[in-house]
Amino acid sequence: MNEAIAFLFENIQMIYILVLMIFVGVEVIGGVPSVLHTPLMSGANAIHGVVIVGAILVMLNAEPDNILALSLGFVAVLLGTLNVVGGFVVTDRMLDMFKKKPGKK
Amino acid sequence: MLNHWLEIIYLIASITFVGGLKLLGNPESARRGNLIAAFGMTLAIIGTLTLHGREVETLVYVLIFAAIAIGTVIGWLTAKKVQMTKMPELVSLFNGMGGACAALISLIEFEHNVGDGTKIGIILAGMIIGSVSFSGSMIAFAKLNGTLNKSIRIPGYNMINNLILVGLVVFATYMVMSGSESTTLAYVLFASALIYGILFVIPIGGADMPVVISLLNSFTGLAAAFGGFLYGNMVMLTGGILVGSAGTILTLAMCKAMNRPLSNVIFGAFGDGAATTGGGGGGVQGSVREVSVTDVAVLMNYSQRVVIVPGYGLAVAQAQHVIHELEELLESRGVQVKYAIHPVAGRMPGHMNVLLAESNVAYEKLVEMEDINPEFPQTDVVLVLGANDVVNPAAHNDPSSPIYGMPILDVENAKQVIVNKRSMKPGYAGIENELFFNPKTGMLFGDAKDAIQKVLNEIKNM
Repeated sequence: MNEAIAFLFENIQMIYILVLMIFVGVEVIGGVPSVLHTPLMSGANAIHGVVIVGAILVMLNAEPDNILALSLGFVAVLLGTLNVVGGFVVTDRMLDMFKKKPGKK
Repeated sequence: MLNHWLEIIYLIASITFVGGLKLLGNPESARRGNLIAAFGMTLAIIGTLTLHGREVETLVYVLIFAAIAIGTVIGWLTAKKVQMTKMPELVSLFNGMGGACAALISLIEFEHNVGDGTKIGIILAGMIIGSVSFSGSMIAFAKLNGTLNKSIRIPGYNMINNLILVGLVVFATYMVMSGSESTTLAYVLFASALIYGILFVIPIGGADMPVVISLLNSFTGLAAAFGGFLYGNMVMLTGGILVGSAGTILTLAMCKAMNRPLSNVIFGAFGDGAATTGGGGGGVQGSVREVSVTDVAVLMNYSQRVVIVPGYGLAVAQAQHVIHELEELLESRGVQVKYAIHPVAGRMPGHMNVLLAESNVAYEKLVEMEDINPEFPQTDVVLVLGANDVVNPAAHNDPSSPIYGMPILDVENAKQVIVNKRSMKPGYAGIENELFFNPKTGMLFGDAKDAIQKVLNEIKNM
């Protein structure tokens, strides 16, 4: 119990961000027309590619002689990049098709 | 000082994520929103690489840059080259990559953090969620791709799955509590989570894949957020949680469009059982009336109002251009043409809109379900193109049907219904459709693109 409270206290800023971000996520999505659900999902998909930052940190922290960590990290960075680049490009391609529409809505 | 700059960059990136996602929610600004978020991401990545302030050997840099370069080229080419109809698969694929990335990070960080209970807990949670997201996405990808098109379900499946899930959590808790230093155990957990991801998605029918992908999308967000906790990295935390929560809301919105609770999607036997027992209650009987291309052409040419109901069949046949041509031709002959868009037509919400937008169909011609339903009684001809479950009247009048209660397009209220299908095979949900046996309904068999092209040619000659 004490440990849990200590943990909360030590990470209180992160917990604040966590809770507030949950509400932000809910707000941001609320009331979006269903037309945009696919691009939105795709865009959100690209954003969680931010996990690549973690993969880069793994590589930077790894000891240069730790082959296993370096190779796994290499794969992680590669996959993370795929997520980011592929995600944003696909979203852009989807949205590109909306832009010519004269309609206002 | 370097570190301060990095934190500021992370702050900017976080703002671009929130702002970008917000702008993505409006057709006018969506594209800008995506680019803004992409800019923020680039900033975060470059910032991490240049401002981390550690002593790092050149080899490590070379490896990182190589990985980013390869990933960029492959990601870019895949995203550019793949057909628009394959988009849902692609989103699933990229989502899986993110999940795998998170799982790998956890795998590597495990041995660096043994002894620190809290961190190990975070690492293992990230590992489980990331792995489930990865293997689940791969199965969703295979299902949408058609490689894996059966929903496999053995008796007591849910029970077994839940037991495995509980087992995973207990296993992970044990590892945290016992302060286990065994990397082997971490690998075992990793593998078990991968297997769970497969078992989690495999029994779910293809028609529910959009919901599953959206759910897995928010899982990956969560996994990224655990990474943020681990490193005290704000941009990972904000980005991850944002996607986790937004993804969850999106998932629920999709379930709502189908009028089914999420638990039903995951644990319910959709596209199963009912298919084999012949449509649940009593089965659907009667004869099917087949119509010829000429019949359809005449009918449409001399109508006042035509409504087209596109479905996955349209996407598969790549018929979006030819249907737009037909629409323009009919309009030039004074026929009013509209498209009825069911929220879950196709394999993703908005799938049909994206597809029809590709062939330049005007935005205001796409009418959403609630607005078009009252118009069907005044409609002369409804042309159902490769859609099935979204026009199945069983949703209204067969309580034993798995789709009972789902809002549908009430096409049976129109004067005539033409259904284009490749065969009499039931739709993705595997349910018989009594609409096909309705005396008002004429069946036009054949590939959508091919069939519409023929109808188009016929009308041109009239």
